[in-house]
Amino acid sequence: MSILINQNSRVMTQGITGKTGQFHTRMCREYANGNQCFVAGVNPRKPGEDFEGIPVFATVKEAKEATGANVSVIYVPPPHAAAAIDEAVNAELDLVICITEGIPVRDMIRTRYKMLDKKTRLIGPNCPGIITPDEIKIGIMPGYIHKKGRIGVVSRSGTLTYEAVAQLMEQGLGQSTCVGIGGDPVNGLKHIDVMQLFNEDDDTDAVLMVGEIGGTDEEDCALWIKAHMRKPVVGFIAGVTAPPGKRMGHAGAIISGGKGTAQEKLAVMEECGIKVTRNPAEMGKLLKSTLG
Amino acid sequence: MKIHEYQAKEILRQYGVVTPRGIACFSVDEAVSAAQNLGGKVWVVKAQIYAGGRGKGGGVKVARSLEEVRQLAGDMLGMRLVTHQTGSDGQTVRRLFIEEGVNIAREYYVGMVVDRGNQRVCLMASAEGGMDIEQVAAQTPEKIHKVYIDPIAGLTDLEALTVAEKIGLPDISRSEAAALLKNLYQAFDDKDASLVEINPLALTTDHHVLALDAKMNFDDNALFRHPEIVALRDLDEEDPAEIEAARHDLSYIPLDGNIGCLVNGAGLAMATMDIIKLYGGNPANFLDVGGGATAEKVTAAFKLMLKNPKLTAILVNIFGGIMKCDVIAEGVVQAAREVQLTVPLVVRLEGTNVQIGKRILADSGLAVISADNMADAAQKAVNAAAAHG
Repeated sequence: MSILINQNSRVMTQGITGKTGQFHTRMCREYANGNQCFVAGVNPRKPGEDFEGIPVFATVKEAKEATGANVSVIYVPPPHAAAAIDEAVNAELDLVICITEGIPVRDMIRTRYKMLDKKTRLIGPNCPGIITPDEIKIGIMPGYIHKKGRIGVVSRSGTLTYEAVAQLMEQGLGQSTCVGIGGDPVNGLKHIDVMQLFNEDDDTDAVLMVGEIGGTDEEDCALWIKAHMRKPVVGFIAGVTAPPGKRMGHAGAIISGGKGTAQEKLAVMEECGIKVTRNPAEMGKLLKSTLG
Repeated sequence: MKIHEYQAKEILRQYGVVTPRGIACFSVDEAVSAAQNLGGKVWVVKAQIYAGGRGKGGGVKVARSLEEVRQLAGDMLGMRLVTHQTGSDGQTVRRLFIEEGVNIAREYYVGMVVDRGNQRVCLMASAEGGMDIEQVAAQTPEKIHKVYIDPIAGLTDLEALTVAEKIGLPDISRSEAAALLKNLYQAFDDKDASLVEINPLALTTDHHVLALDAKMNFDDNALFRHPEIVALRDLDEEDPAEIEAARHDLSYIPLDGNIGCLVNGAGLAMATMDIIKLYGGNPANFLDVGGGATAEKVTAAFKLMLKNPKLTAILVNIFGGIMKCDVIAEGVVQAAREVQLTVPLVVRLEGTNVQIGKRILADSGLAVISADNMADAAQKAVNAAAAHG
């Protein structure tokens, strides 16, 4: 088991004909069961063509009907990415993973509003994607640094997640699923949503939660953990040294109106029983220490 | 992206938001003739800088004669205005806005921001106008009234009128205020704003409602569809290092410390700053070279960091995924040759092609201090900086 995706997931790539879409579709296909999992591509201008044997369809709906794909990954450029999410939602896919960075917030507000009564889950945008090691990888993370195991990872960052995974590996700890939820202020699944899934997953023993400054997602998740979580959770928040009012790379990583500081998040997390470290080099070790 | 008050008011007026009449000026003579053109007996001379808190810093003053306008304009132009948002160095005043005086009966606060939790635009309004609204929000949150705006329906008449009532606007002025709020949201939405603040919103002695101040920020991700906003950009207000960084598609923020950081990915870059601090050092900057760094980008990043006179060491922390370590290593070697590296350089590489990357550094003959992991890298950088400084 795992959360959200496994070897039975069938994936289409929206934006498969672009440079990024091509490169990462190839990499994902080469990873574990990728060859069976990546079954379709979408480009409204190139239906009937194929990308290295993967058929390209004009619409998400057609791709779903023809191949049975239930998941989509999006590499469509920012001006059209929100519309690509809308299309996948309207086609009632189970899961959409939007890698695209730089989507206007206004577009995402409308897209999220339209998703309110829909079944589709969204990961991202502006995220590295999701991987269930040794089964399937959907996104841009380097597959080889992971190994199958029983630790769940959820993070707003890309490379900091790789760092976290590498530290787990140093401790001999594989991962059940690693979810990069992305660095944008208006996004799909949040820490709390992913944490709930890990809580219910029989193959996840503990969770490493990596956050950063901005918003209150980590606090919301911490309060939920305090009330419901049955497994140990270890946390780190990046940006203790970040000055207020400065956007730290991610659109969402900004301390505004005195809210969203790392100190505040760490304090709430600690109060809620999460073991936190202020040293980003100690994430793996700390997690190991919580396992009996 | 930020713009000046007078530019924000220009945009808001296009949407029917009422403001006092005003004219932007770049010299004392222009200021005086602006006051003459506006007419009347009272004017407000307002320094135009991006930072807020201008009033308390002495950047907003009332003039009761043309002579006073001349004097105030002369005082303000060229002064370094220090507010709680500028830092201790302040910001040089290069533009003024001369506005007609208004008879104010009461002041209110109105703001709009994107609320991440609700994933909607949030309208905030308060009877406590003109004050430091962050203080109001922290101490008396019940005094701030909020509406989470439906993105499809927009701000409704009923919502706007209710807010006007809640903040205590008199009956006679509520419909005017509601119209202003609706227009404000229209401007926010159409222009892809990330923040709009009217502080204060003024009720005049003859019961009219108008935006006495205006602040607008915009979503950088949406600027591609707003060339008219991009055209308003005032580079004098921005940090030259940040402008230079943006030209190379680098995300760079100067800080107070002495250890330069070059990292791929925003989260890892913040974590690198944090661990430097944790080990007793002080980061000189935030620098994310992004996912697609080339040798040229790395060189540009080194040049940026080395412009900082306080710099006593550089820490490169790369977790290669899509970006390969050998590419970074080549960039580091090329940069170090080009820019005459004068401070110790600590490099930590991990991930894709890490062995090739390490070999490139070892074979380069550069005095690179190699580190095995993040903790080791931070410790070595802190030590090297102390020894060098």
